[in-house]
Amino acid sequence: MNVANEAVAGQPPHGARGGAHGPARKQYIIGFALALALTLIPFALVMNHAPAATPLVIAGFAIGQIVVHVVYFLHVDGSQEKRWNLMALLYTAVMVFIVIGGSLWIMHHLYVNMVPHASMHGRVWK
Amino acid sequence: MSSDPTVLHAGSLALKPGYADHAADALRDLRQSGDAVDFRLDHHHDVASTIQLGFWIYLMSDCLLFSGLFATYALLNSHTAGGPAASQLFDLPDVLTETMFLLFSSFTCGLATLAMSADRRNATVGWLAVTFVLGLGFIGMEVREFAHMVAIGAGPGRSAFLSSFFTLVATHGLHVTCGLIFMAVMMAAVLKKGLTPTNRARLVNLSLFWHFLDIIWVGVFSLVYLFGVAHR
Repeated sequence: MNVANEAVAGQPPHGARGGAHGPARKQYIIGFALALALTLIPFALVMNHAPAATPLVIAGFAIGQIVVHVVYFLHVDGSQEKRWNLMALLYTAVMVFIVIGGSLWIMHHLYVNMVPHASMHGRVWK
Repeated sequence: MSSDPTVLHAGSLALKPGYADHAADALRDLRQSGDAVDFRLDHHHDVASTIQLGFWIYLMSDCLLFSGLFATYALLNSHTAGGPAASQLFDLPDVLTETMFLLFSSFTCGLATLAMSADRRNATVGWLAVTFVLGLGFIGMEVREFAHMVAIGAGPGRSAFLSSFFTLVATHGLHVTCGLIFMAVMMAAVLKKGLTPTNRARLVNLSLFWHFLDIIWVGVFSLVYLFGVAHR
């Protein structure tokens, strides 16, 4: 406890908790503009039935917007003070990938191998 | 057997000589910091960042909860059981309006945090109030959408697709509702007691929570609504 206190006290007071950063207003405005663009473009693509509106493109915009939110709104960076936040976030990202990707992978194999005459969109439910 | 009862008590922990002294020191430190209710600056800083990390870990675990719901929806969204499919149900202009409510509220929540850093109490409460109204608008539209779906026979009991849809989207909606309650409480707390260190730490957590919910919503509108309508 004491050691931690000294370590923190030894750093320059450049702001620690979330909103305490000085240039944060600019960060919020940049983040907001980017998020707005990354929302409106995929909506426009889908609403205009553009051929570019494939699942991969939509997923790309979604991941891009999530990164923008994390960097500009949640202020996660590589600084010493936020090290554990970043670690927890990266760990969570891996877990989310495993849970969603793994579920889709396993269930796809089950459909292909175990349900006769049924594709992914097969009528398993009657 | 030791004749000293205190050594007996600490027996399992006292692996190293001098451990008890360390423990006593640690206890004394703990006692001191516990007594410092006025949160001297150095202590406050440490306590606040620890609280924030704890809240962050909660958000990450919440993220795992949502990943399970996202995976369920991704697997079941084609199982419509002869009922309505995603592309027949969803109204994209409405979803875009909802999304804008949440995105603008995320921005105004950030402005509330900035006002807090600048020690502007009334501006903090003002921006929180704007955030609250935008969040309320989001919830209102969502409830209306759900009511409409149930009314046309597309309720959660209709098909596996709709069960997973309602579970995912309503869990997010429930989180937003909790965020609104949190926000109302914090507005009252700031008006009553001002921007005390405790209120500041809680406001930071509130803004983390609110931004986090917007991130989950990005996943929802992309996977559920945009995929659902584009992927016929």
